[in-house]
Amino acid sequence: MNTMVKHTVKLTPNYLEVNGKRVAETVAGESFLTKLYRLYNMEYPKFFKMDVLCKVGFVASEVLLGTEGGERFVPRSDRAVLLFNRHSSLHADSTFQHTIANPDEFYPSPSVFVYTLPNIVTGEIAIRNKYQGESSFILLPEKSEEAMDQAVARAFMDRETTSVLTGWVEAVSETEYEVEMELRMKNDE
Amino acid sequence: MIIRKIAENIVSPLGFTTEENFASVMAGRTALRRYYSLWDLPFSCFVSLIPDERLDAEFEAQVPCFTTAVYTKFEKCVLLSATKALKQCELDAASDRVVFILSSTKGNVSLLSDENPDIERVTPAHTAQLVARHFHNPNIPITVSNACISGLCAQIEAYRCLMSGQYNAAVVIGADVLSPFIVAGFQSLKALSDEQCRPFSANRKGLNLGEAAATVVYSVDDDAADGWRMLAGAVRNDANHISGPSRTGEGSYQTLTAVIRDSGLSTNDLACLNVHGTSTLYNDEMESIAINRAGLNPVPVNAMKGYYGHTLGAAGILETLLTMRALEDGIVPATRGFDELGVSNPVLVSSESLDTQKRAFVKLLSGFGGCNAAAVFKGYGL
Repeated sequence: MNTMVKHTVKLTPNYLEVNGKRVAETVAGESFLTKLYRLYNMEYPKFFKMDVLCKVGFVASEVLLGTEGGERFVPRSDRAVLLFNRHSSLHADSTFQHTIANPDEFYPSPSVFVYTLPNIVTGEIAIRNKYQGESSFILLPEKSEEAMDQAVARAFMDRETTSVLTGWVEAVSETEYEVEMELRMKNDE
Repeated sequence: MIIRKIAENIVSPLGFTTEENFASVMAGRTALRRYYSLWDLPFSCFVSLIPDERLDAEFEAQVPCFTTAVYTKFEKCVLLSATKALKQCELDAASDRVVFILSSTKGNVSLLSDENPDIERVTPAHTAQLVARHFHNPNIPITVSNACISGLCAQIEAYRCLMSGQYNAAVVIGADVLSPFIVAGFQSLKALSDEQCRPFSANRKGLNLGEAAATVVYSVDDDAADGWRMLAGAVRNDANHISGPSRTGEGSYQTLTAVIRDSGLSTNDLACLNVHGTSTLYNDEMESIAINRAGLNPVPVNAMKGYYGHTLGAAGILETLLTMRALEDGIVPATRGFDELGVSNPVLVSSESLDTQKRAFVKLLSGFGGCNAAAVFKGYGL
Protein backbone atom coordinates (compact mmCIF):
# COMPACT_ATOMS: atom_id res chain seq x y z
CA MET A 1 0.00 0.00 0.00
CA ASN A 2 1.39 3.34 -1.10
CA THR A 3 0.61 6.08 1.38
CA MET A 4 1.73 9.66 1.88
CA VAL A 5 1.90 11.89 4.91
CA LYS A 6 -0.19 15.04 4.61
CA HIS A 7 0.47 17.43 7.53
CA THR A 8 2.03 16.70 10.89
CA VAL A 9 1.51 18.18 14.33
CA LYS A 10 3.77 17.88 17.35
CA LEU A 11 2.53 18.97 20.76
CA THR A 12 4.54 19.00 23.99
CA PRO A 13 4.07 20.98 27.23
CA ASN A 14 6.52 23.53 25.78
CA TYR A 15 5.55 24.04 22.17
CA LEU A 16 3.30 23.25 19.22
CA GLU A 17 4.73 22.46 15.80
CA VAL A 18 2.76 22.23 12.55
CA ASN A 19 4.48 20.64 9.56
CA GLY A 20 7.80 20.93 11.38
CA LYS A 21 7.38 24.64 12.08
CA ARG A 22 7.01 25.97 15.62
CA VAL A 23 3.76 27.95 15.81
CA ALA A 24 3.21 28.41 19.57
CA GLU A 25 5.18 28.21 22.77
CA THR A 26 4.14 28.01 26.36
CA VAL A 27 4.32 30.97 28.71
CA ALA A 28 4.75 30.45 32.44
CA GLY A 29 1.58 30.61 34.51
CA GLU A 30 -0.96 29.50 31.94
CA SER A 31 -2.41 26.24 30.72
CA PHE A 32 -0.85 25.67 27.33
CA LEU A 33 -3.73 23.42 26.24
CA THR A 34 -6.39 26.01 27.18
CA LYS A 35 -4.36 28.70 25.44
CA LEU A 36 -4.29 26.64 22.24
CA TYR A 37 -8.00 25.89 22.58
CA ARG A 38 -8.70 29.63 22.54
CA LEU A 39 -6.01 30.53 20.02
CA TYR A 40 -7.51 28.13 17.48
CA ASN A 41 -11.15 29.00 18.32
CA MET A 42 -12.03 25.38 18.89
CA GLU A 43 -15.42 26.22 20.43
CA TYR A 44 -16.15 22.79 21.86
CA PRO A 45 -17.14 23.13 25.54
CA LYS A 46 -16.82 19.36 26.06
CA PHE A 47 -13.08 20.01 25.94
CA PHE A 48 -13.19 21.27 29.53
CA LYS A 49 -14.63 17.96 30.77
CA MET A 50 -11.95 15.84 29.14
CA ASP A 51 -9.03 14.18 30.92
CA VAL A 52 -5.53 15.20 29.86
CA LEU A 53 -5.09 12.32 27.38
CA CYS A 54 -8.24 13.37 25.52
CA LYS A 55 -7.33 17.06 25.74
CA VAL A 56 -3.93 16.63 24.13
CA GLY A 57 -5.32 14.30 21.48
CA PHE A 58 -8.21 16.64 20.79
CA VAL A 59 -6.07 19.80 20.55
CA ALA A 60 -3.54 18.14 18.23
CA SER A 61 -6.31 16.75 16.00
CA GLU A 62 -8.05 20.14 15.81
CA VAL A 63 -4.83 21.85 14.71
CA LEU A 64 -4.05 19.06 12.25
CA LEU A 65 -7.52 19.02 10.68
CA GLY A 66 -7.68 22.82 10.60
CA THR A 67 -4.44 22.73 8.64
CA GLU A 68 -5.90 20.18 6.24
CA GLY A 69 -8.75 22.59 5.49
CA GLY A 70 -11.80 21.60 3.49
CA GLU A 71 -15.25 20.91 4.79
CA ARG A 72 -15.36 19.45 8.29
CA PHE A 73 -18.03 17.83 10.51
CA VAL A 74 -19.71 15.94 7.66
CA PRO A 75 -20.36 12.23 8.45
CA ARG A 76 -17.83 10.00 6.70
CA SER A 77 -16.59 6.42 7.02
CA ASP A 78 -13.48 6.62 4.86
CA ARG A 79 -11.20 8.10 7.54
CA ALA A 80 -9.83 5.92 10.34
CA VAL A 81 -8.49 7.17 13.68
CA LEU A 82 -5.59 5.04 14.94
CA LEU A 83 -3.61 6.21 17.96
CA PHE A 84 -0.81 4.73 20.07
CA ASN A 85 0.91 5.09 23.41
CA ARG A 86 2.58 3.04 26.12
CA HIS A 87 0.86 4.07 29.33
CA SER A 88 -2.77 3.69 28.25
CA SER A 89 -5.08 5.91 30.36
CA LEU A 90 -2.70 5.97 33.35
CA HIS A 91 -3.51 9.51 34.48
CA ALA A 92 -7.28 8.96 34.51
CA ASP A 93 -6.70 5.58 36.18
CA SER A 94 -4.71 7.19 39.00
CA THR A 95 -7.32 9.92 39.40
CA PHE A 96 -10.13 7.37 39.64
CA GLN A 97 -8.11 5.21 42.04
CA HIS A 98 -7.97 8.18 44.44
CA THR A 99 -11.78 8.32 44.53
CA ILE A 100 -12.02 4.71 45.80
CA ALA A 101 -8.81 4.35 47.83
CA ASN A 102 -10.26 5.33 51.18
CA PRO A 103 -13.35 3.45 52.45
CA ASP A 104 -14.38 6.53 54.45
CA GLU A 105 -14.33 8.71 51.35
CA PHE A 106 -15.58 6.26 48.76
CA TYR A 107 -16.97 8.38 45.94
CA PRO A 108 -16.23 6.67 42.62
CA SER A 109 -16.84 9.29 39.98
CA PRO A 110 -18.55 8.20 36.75
CA SER A 111 -17.24 11.29 34.96
CA VAL A 112 -13.68 10.21 35.80
CA PHE A 113 -14.27 6.51 35.17
CA VAL A 114 -15.38 7.03 31.55
CA TYR A 115 -11.90 8.33 30.77
CA THR A 116 -10.14 5.24 32.15
CA LEU A 117 -9.89 3.73 28.67
CA PRO A 118 -7.33 4.87 26.10
CA ASN A 119 -9.76 4.58 23.20
CA ILE A 120 -11.94 7.35 24.62
CA VAL A 121 -9.63 9.82 22.88
CA THR A 122 -10.17 8.10 19.52
CA GLY A 123 -13.90 8.24 20.28
CA GLU A 124 -13.76 11.96 21.17
CA ILE A 125 -12.03 12.74 17.87
CA ALA A 126 -14.53 10.57 15.95
CA ILE A 127 -17.47 12.32 17.62
CA ARG A 128 -16.10 15.81 17.04
CA ASN A 129 -15.47 15.15 13.36
CA LYS A 130 -18.35 12.71 12.68
CA TYR A 131 -15.85 10.04 11.61
CA GLN A 132 -17.77 6.76 11.40
CA GLY A 133 -14.86 4.75 10.02
CA GLU A 134 -12.49 2.52 11.92
CA SER A 135 -11.19 3.75 15.27
CA SER A 136 -8.58 2.00 17.36
CA PHE A 137 -6.05 2.48 20.14
CA ILE A 138 -2.94 0.31 20.25
CA LEU A 139 -0.52 0.09 23.18
CA LEU A 140 3.16 -0.51 22.44
CA PRO A 141 5.93 -1.36 24.93
CA GLU A 142 7.89 1.57 23.50
CA LYS A 143 7.46 4.25 20.85
CA SER A 144 8.37 2.49 17.62
CA GLU A 145 7.95 4.23 14.25
CA GLU A 146 8.19 0.85 12.56
CA ALA A 147 5.44 -0.75 14.65
CA MET A 148 3.19 2.29 14.12
CA ASP A 149 3.83 2.34 10.35
CA GLN A 150 2.92 -1.34 10.13
CA ALA A 151 -0.31 -0.78 12.09
CA VAL A 152 -1.27 2.14 9.80
CA ALA A 153 -0.64 -0.07 6.77
CA ARG A 154 -2.96 -2.69 8.29
CA ALA A 155 -5.65 -0.05 8.85
CA PHE A 156 -5.62 0.63 5.09
CA MET A 157 -6.53 -3.04 4.54
CA ASP A 158 -10.13 -2.06 5.33
CA ARG A 159 -11.32 -1.31 1.82
CA GLU A 160 -13.38 1.72 2.91
CA THR A 161 -10.41 3.46 4.54
CA THR A 162 -8.73 6.08 2.35
CA SER A 163 -7.02 8.16 5.06
CA VAL A 164 -5.87 7.62 8.64
CA LEU A 165 -5.51 10.20 11.38
CA THR A 166 -2.73 8.60 13.38
CA GLY A 167 0.05 9.14 15.86
CA TRP A 168 1.56 8.81 19.30
CA VAL A 169 -0.60 10.33 22.05
CA GLU A 170 0.91 9.95 25.49
CA ALA A 171 -0.08 11.91 28.61
CA VAL A 172 1.01 10.62 32.00
CA SER A 173 0.16 13.83 33.91
CA GLU A 174 -1.26 17.31 33.32
CA THR A 175 2.25 18.57 32.58
CA GLU A 176 3.92 15.54 30.97
CA TYR A 177 2.64 14.74 27.51
CA GLU A 178 3.79 14.18 23.97
CA VAL A 179 1.74 14.06 20.80
CA GLU A 180 3.01 13.43 17.29
CA MET A 181 0.04 13.22 14.96
CA GLU A 182 -0.26 13.06 11.20
CA LEU A 183 -2.71 12.50 8.38
CA ARG A 184 -1.80 9.57 6.20
CA MET A 185 -3.51 9.37 2.81
CA LYS A 186 -3.88 6.49 0.41
CA ASN A 187 -1.77 7.28 -2.62
CA ASP A 188 -3.72 6.24 -5.69
CA GLU A 189 -1.15 7.36 -8.22
CA MET B 1 -4.91 -17.02 1.40
CA ILE B 2 -6.59 -18.78 4.32
CA ILE B 3 -6.45 -17.69 7.95
CA ARG B 4 -7.13 -20.75 10.06
CA LYS B 5 -7.44 -21.37 13.78
CA ILE B 6 -4.78 -23.88 14.84
CA ALA B 7 -5.00 -23.78 18.64
CA GLU B 8 -7.03 -22.29 21.46
CA ASN B 9 -7.71 -22.12 25.17
CA ILE B 10 -10.19 -20.63 27.62
CA VAL B 11 -9.35 -20.05 31.29
CA SER B 12 -12.48 -19.06 33.17
CA PRO B 13 -14.45 -19.90 36.31
CA LEU B 14 -16.27 -22.51 34.18
CA GLY B 15 -13.14 -24.36 33.18
CA PHE B 16 -9.51 -24.18 32.14
CA THR B 17 -9.91 -25.58 28.62
CA THR B 18 -12.35 -24.79 25.80
CA GLU B 19 -13.77 -28.30 26.17
CA GLU B 20 -14.44 -27.90 29.89
CA ASN B 21 -16.03 -24.50 29.29
CA PHE B 22 -18.22 -25.86 26.51
CA ALA B 23 -19.41 -28.71 28.72
CA SER B 24 -20.31 -26.20 31.46
CA VAL B 25 -22.25 -24.02 29.03
CA MET B 26 -24.09 -27.03 27.63
CA ALA B 27 -24.99 -28.06 31.19
CA GLY B 28 -26.48 -24.58 31.66
CA ARG B 29 -24.05 -23.60 34.45
CA THR B 30 -23.22 -20.03 35.27
CA ALA B 31 -20.08 -18.71 36.92
CA LEU B 32 -21.95 -15.68 38.25
CA ARG B 33 -22.40 -15.43 42.03
CA ARG B 34 -23.75 -12.79 44.37
CA TYR B 35 -21.21 -11.17 46.69
CA TYR B 36 -22.44 -8.96 49.49
CA SER B 37 -19.24 -7.07 50.23
CA LEU B 38 -16.66 -8.25 47.73
CA TRP B 39 -13.30 -6.59 48.56
CA ASP B 40 -15.21 -4.57 51.19
CA LEU B 41 -17.05 -2.67 48.46
CA PRO B 42 -20.10 -0.91 49.96
CA PHE B 43 -22.64 -2.63 47.65
CA SER B 44 -23.56 -6.17 46.63
CA CYS B 45 -22.76 -7.39 43.14
CA PHE B 46 -23.13 -10.36 40.83
CA VAL B 47 -19.75 -11.27 39.33
CA SER B 48 -17.79 -14.31 38.17
CA LEU B 49 -14.26 -14.83 39.51
CA ILE B 50 -11.52 -17.26 38.51
CA PRO B 51 -10.67 -19.30 41.64
CA ASP B 52 -7.13 -18.43 42.81
CA GLU B 53 -6.38 -21.96 44.09
CA ARG B 54 -6.93 -23.64 40.75
CA LEU B 55 -5.24 -20.86 38.83
CA ASP B 56 -2.14 -21.10 41.03
CA ALA B 57 -2.05 -24.89 40.87
CA GLU B 58 -2.34 -24.99 37.08
CA PHE B 59 0.09 -22.11 36.67
CA GLU B 60 2.77 -23.83 38.75
CA ALA B 61 2.23 -27.14 36.99
CA GLN B 62 2.10 -25.83 33.42
CA VAL B 63 4.01 -22.57 33.06
CA PRO B 64 7.77 -23.01 33.25
CA CYS B 65 9.26 -20.05 35.14
CA PHE B 66 12.96 -19.64 35.60
CA THR B 67 12.72 -16.69 37.90
CA THR B 68 11.24 -16.21 41.33
CA ALA B 69 9.14 -13.37 39.98
CA VAL B 70 5.75 -13.10 41.58
CA TYR B 71 3.12 -12.68 38.92
CA THR B 72 -0.19 -10.89 39.34
CA LYS B 73 -3.45 -12.73 38.73
CA PHE B 74 -3.78 -10.97 35.38
CA GLU B 75 -0.28 -12.03 34.30
CA LYS B 76 -0.90 -15.60 35.46
CA CYS B 77 -4.14 -15.82 33.47
CA VAL B 78 -2.48 -14.49 30.32
CA LEU B 79 0.59 -16.74 30.59
CA LEU B 80 -1.41 -19.84 31.50
CA SER B 81 -3.93 -19.42 28.69
CA ALA B 82 -1.21 -18.80 26.08
CA THR B 83 0.86 -21.75 27.38
CA LYS B 84 -2.10 -24.12 27.22
CA ALA B 85 -3.00 -23.01 23.69
CA LEU B 86 0.55 -23.25 22.38
CA LYS B 87 0.89 -26.79 23.77
CA GLN B 88 -1.83 -27.82 21.28
CA CYS B 89 0.13 -26.89 18.18
CA GLU B 90 3.56 -27.29 16.67
CA LEU B 91 4.10 -23.56 16.36
CA ASP B 92 7.57 -22.20 17.16
CA ALA B 93 6.50 -19.17 19.19
CA ALA B 94 10.09 -17.89 19.20
CA SER B 95 10.03 -17.43 15.42
CA ASP B 96 10.23 -13.91 13.99
CA ARG B 97 7.32 -14.95 11.74
CA VAL B 98 5.01 -15.11 14.77
CA VAL B 99 3.40 -12.10 16.46
CA PHE B 100 1.81 -11.86 19.90
CA ILE B 101 -1.35 -9.77 20.20
CA LEU B 102 -2.94 -8.96 23.55
CA SER B 103 -6.46 -7.69 24.17
CA SER B 104 -7.15 -6.08 27.53
CA THR B 105 -9.06 -3.12 28.87
CA LYS B 106 -7.53 -2.66 32.33
CA GLY B 107 -4.64 -5.15 32.63
CA ASN B 108 -2.83 -4.73 35.94
CA VAL B 109 -4.81 -1.66 37.04
CA SER B 110 -5.29 -3.18 40.52
CA LEU B 111 -1.58 -2.48 41.18
CA LEU B 112 -2.54 1.21 41.53
CA SER B 113 -3.92 0.40 44.98
CA ASP B 114 -0.40 -0.51 46.17
CA GLU B 115 1.29 1.98 48.45
CA ASN B 116 4.06 2.59 45.90
CA PRO B 117 2.59 1.28 42.66
CA ASP B 118 4.88 -0.04 39.94
CA ILE B 119 3.51 2.37 37.33
CA GLU B 120 5.33 0.78 34.40
CA ARG B 121 3.71 -2.56 35.12
CA VAL B 122 0.14 -1.22 35.10
CA THR B 123 -0.13 -0.86 31.33
CA PRO B 124 -1.16 -3.98 29.37
CA ALA B 125 1.72 -3.17 26.98
CA HIS B 126 4.03 -4.31 29.79
CA THR B 127 2.19 -7.62 30.12
CA ALA B 128 2.32 -8.14 26.36
CA GLN B 129 6.09 -7.67 26.47
CA LEU B 130 6.30 -10.10 29.40
CA VAL B 131 4.43 -12.76 27.44
CA ALA B 132 6.39 -12.26 24.22
CA ARG B 133 9.66 -12.53 26.16
CA HIS B 134 8.41 -15.57 28.06
CA PHE B 135 8.05 -17.37 24.73
CA HIS B 136 11.33 -15.86 23.41
CA ASN B 137 9.47 -14.07 20.63
CA PRO B 138 11.57 -11.26 19.10
CA ASN B 139 8.76 -9.07 17.71
CA ILE B 140 7.15 -6.03 19.31
CA PRO B 141 3.85 -7.30 20.73
CA ILE B 142 0.66 -5.44 19.79
CA THR B 143 -1.83 -4.62 22.55
CA VAL B 144 -5.29 -3.61 21.43
CA SER B 145 -7.18 -1.56 23.99
CA ASN B 146 -10.54 -0.61 22.55
CA ALA B 147 -12.76 -1.16 25.57
CA CYS B 148 -15.23 -4.04 25.18
CA ILE B 149 -14.50 -4.69 21.49
CA SER B 150 -10.79 -5.34 22.12
CA GLY B 151 -11.06 -9.12 21.73
CA LEU B 152 -12.47 -8.79 18.23
CA CYS B 153 -10.10 -5.97 17.28
CA ALA B 154 -7.18 -8.18 18.33
CA GLN B 155 -8.40 -10.96 16.04
CA ILE B 156 -8.89 -8.46 13.20
CA GLU B 157 -5.30 -7.23 13.74
CA ALA B 158 -4.16 -10.86 13.61
CA TYR B 159 -6.10 -11.43 10.40
CA ARG B 160 -4.46 -8.42 8.78
CA CYS B 161 -0.98 -9.31 10.11
CA LEU B 162 -1.31 -12.65 8.33
CA MET B 163 -3.15 -11.49 5.19
CA SER B 164 -0.49 -8.83 4.57
CA GLY B 165 2.21 -11.51 4.63
CA GLN B 166 4.02 -9.81 7.50
CA TYR B 167 3.66 -12.85 9.77
CA ASN B 168 2.78 -16.53 9.38
CA ALA B 169 1.03 -16.95 12.71
CA ALA B 170 -0.50 -14.82 15.46
CA VAL B 171 -1.04 -15.73 19.11
CA VAL B 172 -4.04 -13.67 20.22
CA ILE B 173 -4.71 -13.51 23.96
CA GLY B 174 -7.61 -11.67 25.59
CA ALA B 175 -7.80 -11.22 29.34
CA ASP B 176 -9.15 -9.08 32.13
CA VAL B 177 -9.45 -9.71 35.86
CA LEU B 178 -11.71 -7.81 38.22
CA SER B 179 -10.72 -5.43 41.00
CA PRO B 180 -12.43 -2.78 43.14
CA PHE B 181 -11.39 -0.30 40.42
CA ILE B 182 -13.41 -1.98 37.67
CA VAL B 183 -16.40 -3.02 39.77
CA ALA B 184 -16.73 0.39 41.46
CA GLY B 185 -16.35 2.09 38.10
CA PHE B 186 -19.15 0.19 36.40
CA GLN B 187 -21.26 0.60 39.53
CA SER B 188 -20.73 4.39 39.40
CA LEU B 189 -22.03 4.34 35.81
CA LYS B 190 -25.14 2.50 37.09
CA ALA B 191 -24.40 -0.21 34.52
CA LEU B 192 -24.44 -3.18 36.92
CA SER B 193 -27.39 -5.39 37.69
CA ASP B 194 -27.64 -6.69 41.25
CA GLU B 195 -29.21 -9.85 39.80
CA GLN B 196 -28.21 -12.40 37.20
CA CYS B 197 -28.07 -10.55 33.87
CA ARG B 198 -30.93 -11.07 31.40
CA PRO B 199 -29.78 -10.41 27.81
CA PHE B 200 -32.49 -8.93 25.54
CA SER B 201 -35.17 -9.46 28.18
CA ALA B 202 -37.88 -6.97 29.06
CA ASN B 203 -36.83 -7.03 32.72
CA ARG B 204 -33.08 -6.64 32.14
CA LYS B 205 -31.42 -4.34 34.63
CA GLY B 206 -27.81 -4.16 33.56
CA LEU B 207 -24.67 -6.20 33.17
CA ASN B 208 -22.60 -8.53 35.36
CA LEU B 209 -18.81 -8.47 35.23
CA GLY B 210 -16.64 -11.56 34.89
CA GLU B 211 -13.04 -12.73 34.72
CA ALA B 212 -11.54 -14.79 31.89
CA ALA B 213 -8.54 -15.27 29.67
CA ALA B 214 -8.81 -16.80 26.22
CA THR B 215 -6.28 -17.50 23.50
CA VAL B 216 -6.68 -18.25 19.83
CA VAL B 217 -3.79 -19.00 17.49
CA TYR B 218 -4.27 -18.20 13.81
CA SER B 219 -2.02 -19.40 11.05
CA VAL B 220 -1.70 -18.80 7.32
CA ASP B 221 -2.78 -21.82 5.35
CA ASP B 222 -2.79 -22.26 1.60
CA ASP B 223 -4.22 -25.76 1.70
CA ALA B 224 -7.87 -26.62 1.62
CA ALA B 225 -7.42 -27.52 5.29
CA ASP B 226 -10.41 -28.32 7.45
CA GLY B 227 -11.21 -26.21 10.49
CA TRP B 228 -12.27 -22.71 11.42
CA ARG B 229 -11.36 -19.81 9.20
CA MET B 230 -11.67 -16.11 9.82
CA LEU B 231 -13.22 -14.62 6.69
CA ALA B 232 -13.64 -10.91 7.46
CA GLY B 233 -13.60 -8.28 10.17
CA ALA B 234 -14.49 -4.60 10.49
CA VAL B 235 -14.39 -1.82 13.10
CA ARG B 236 -16.58 1.31 12.93
CA ASN B 237 -17.31 4.22 15.25
CA ASP B 238 -20.78 5.59 16.04
CA ALA B 239 -19.34 9.12 16.27
CA ASN B 240 -22.12 9.72 18.74
CA HIS B 241 -21.25 9.39 22.46
CA ILE B 242 -18.24 8.22 24.49
CA SER B 243 -20.18 6.07 26.96
CA GLY B 244 -23.50 5.27 25.29
CA PRO B 245 -24.33 3.38 22.11
CA SER B 246 -25.86 5.08 19.10
CA ARG B 247 -29.66 5.11 19.11
CA THR B 248 -29.63 4.14 15.44
CA GLY B 249 -27.03 1.38 15.90
CA GLU B 250 -24.97 3.14 13.24
CA GLY B 251 -21.52 1.70 13.96
CA SER B 252 -22.73 -1.85 14.53
CA TYR B 253 -24.90 -1.65 11.42
CA GLN B 254 -21.89 -0.51 9.38
CA THR B 255 -19.67 -3.31 10.72
CA LEU B 256 -22.34 -5.93 9.97
CA THR B 257 -22.84 -4.82 6.38
CA ALA B 258 -19.06 -4.56 5.84
CA VAL B 259 -18.25 -8.07 7.12
CA ILE B 260 -21.13 -9.75 5.30
CA ARG B 261 -19.99 -8.07 2.08
CA ASP B 262 -16.30 -8.91 2.64
CA SER B 263 -16.94 -12.52 3.69
CA GLY B 264 -18.87 -13.31 0.53
CA LEU B 265 -21.50 -15.11 2.62
CA SER B 266 -25.23 -14.49 2.63
CA THR B 267 -27.70 -14.33 5.49
CA ASN B 268 -28.72 -17.88 4.70
CA ASP B 269 -25.21 -19.21 5.40
CA LEU B 270 -25.22 -18.00 9.01
CA ALA B 271 -25.99 -20.35 11.90
CA CYS B 272 -26.17 -17.45 14.35
CA LEU B 273 -25.17 -13.96 15.33
CA ASN B 274 -23.18 -14.24 18.55
CA VAL B 275 -23.79 -10.74 19.84
CA HIS B 276 -22.60 -8.59 22.73
CA GLY B 277 -25.88 -8.86 24.71
CA THR B 278 -24.55 -7.19 27.85
CA SER B 279 -28.09 -6.84 29.26
CA THR B 280 -27.90 -3.08 29.63
CA LEU B 281 -31.03 -1.35 28.36
CA TYR B 282 -29.21 0.59 25.67
CA ASN B 283 -26.77 -2.04 24.38
CA ASP B 284 -29.31 -4.77 23.66
CA GLU B 285 -31.78 -2.28 22.17
CA MET B 286 -29.05 -0.85 19.93
CA GLU B 287 -28.03 -4.33 18.73
CA SER B 288 -31.63 -5.18 17.83
CA ILE B 289 -31.79 -2.03 15.68
CA ALA B 290 -28.44 -2.69 13.98
CA ILE B 291 -29.33 -6.34 13.23
CA ASN B 292 -32.63 -5.32 11.64
CA ARG B 293 -31.11 -2.47 9.66
CA ALA B 294 -28.56 -4.92 8.28
CA GLY B 295 -31.36 -7.33 7.28
CA LEU B 296 -29.97 -10.05 9.56
CA ASN B 297 -33.13 -10.47 11.61
CA PRO B 298 -33.89 -13.96 10.16
CA VAL B 299 -30.66 -15.28 11.76
CA PRO B 300 -30.79 -16.72 15.31
CA VAL B 301 -29.13 -14.45 17.89
CA ASN B 302 -27.35 -15.62 21.03
CA ALA B 303 -25.34 -14.07 23.85
CA MET B 304 -22.98 -15.67 26.41
CA LYS B 305 -23.08 -13.08 29.20
CA GLY B 306 -25.48 -15.16 31.33
CA TYR B 307 -22.77 -17.83 31.76
CA TYR B 308 -19.72 -15.63 32.33
CA GLY B 309 -20.82 -12.05 32.77
CA HIS B 310 -19.03 -9.44 30.68
CA THR B 311 -15.39 -10.56 30.52
CA LEU B 312 -14.21 -7.27 28.94
CA GLY B 313 -10.97 -7.81 26.98
CA ALA B 314 -11.47 -11.58 26.95
CA ALA B 315 -15.08 -11.50 25.70
CA GLY B 316 -14.37 -11.25 21.97
CA ILE B 317 -12.11 -14.30 22.03
CA LEU B 318 -13.94 -16.39 24.63
CA GLU B 319 -17.31 -15.95 22.92
CA THR B 320 -15.85 -16.62 19.46
CA LEU B 321 -14.22 -19.87 20.63
CA LEU B 322 -17.34 -21.12 22.41
CA THR B 323 -19.51 -20.40 19.38
CA MET B 324 -17.06 -22.31 17.17
CA ARG B 325 -17.04 -25.27 19.55
CA ALA B 326 -20.85 -25.35 19.80
CA LEU B 327 -21.32 -25.17 16.03
CA GLU B 328 -18.95 -28.11 15.62
CA ASP B 329 -21.70 -30.08 17.40
CA GLY B 330 -24.40 -28.35 15.35
CA ILE B 331 -25.64 -26.32 18.31
CA VAL B 332 -26.46 -22.65 18.81
CA PRO B 333 -26.20 -22.37 22.62
CA ALA B 334 -29.11 -21.02 24.64
CA THR B 335 -28.99 -17.41 25.78
CA ARG B 336 -28.90 -17.99 29.54
CA GLY B 337 -31.02 -15.49 31.48
CA PHE B 338 -33.26 -14.62 28.53
CA ASP B 339 -37.02 -14.78 29.09
CA GLU B 340 -39.39 -12.29 27.45
CA LEU B 341 -38.08 -10.23 24.53
CA GLY B 342 -37.65 -6.61 25.54
CA VAL B 343 -36.17 -4.79 22.57
CA SER B 344 -37.99 -2.71 19.98
CA ASN B 345 -36.83 -4.63 16.91
CA PRO B 346 -37.48 -8.37 16.48
CA VAL B 347 -34.47 -10.63 17.10
CA LEU B 348 -34.46 -14.44 17.34
CA VAL B 349 -33.10 -14.91 20.87
CA SER B 350 -33.88 -18.17 22.65
CA SER B 351 -33.54 -19.55 26.16
CA GLU B 352 -33.19 -23.00 24.57
CA SER B 353 -30.30 -24.22 22.45
CA LEU B 354 -31.04 -24.74 18.75
CA ASP B 355 -29.86 -27.36 16.29
CA THR B 356 -28.25 -26.16 13.09
CA GLN B 357 -26.58 -27.60 10.01
CA LYS B 358 -24.77 -24.36 9.28
CA ARG B 359 -21.15 -23.74 10.25
CA ALA B 360 -20.70 -19.97 9.87
CA PHE B 361 -21.44 -17.12 12.26
CA VAL B 362 -20.99 -13.42 12.94
CA LYS B 363 -19.43 -12.19 16.19
CA LEU B 364 -20.57 -8.69 17.12
CA LEU B 365 -19.36 -6.35 19.91
CA SER B 366 -19.67 -2.71 20.85
CA GLY B 367 -18.01 -0.61 23.51
CA PHE B 368 -17.22 2.70 25.18
CA GLY B 369 -15.63 5.24 22.93
CA GLY B 370 -18.45 4.58 20.44
CA CYS B 371 -16.61 1.65 18.91
CA ASN B 372 -18.17 -1.41 17.26
CA ALA B 373 -16.61 -4.52 15.73
CA ALA B 374 -17.85 -7.54 13.81
CA ALA B 375 -16.17 -10.56 12.27
CA VAL B 376 -17.26 -13.58 10.27
CA PHE B 377 -15.97 -17.12 10.89
CA LYS B 378 -16.73 -20.29 8.99
CA GLY B 379 -15.99 -23.93 9.77
CA TYR B 380 -14.88 -26.18 6.89
CA GLY B 381 -15.17 -29.96 6.87
CA LEU B 382 -16.78 -29.98 10.30
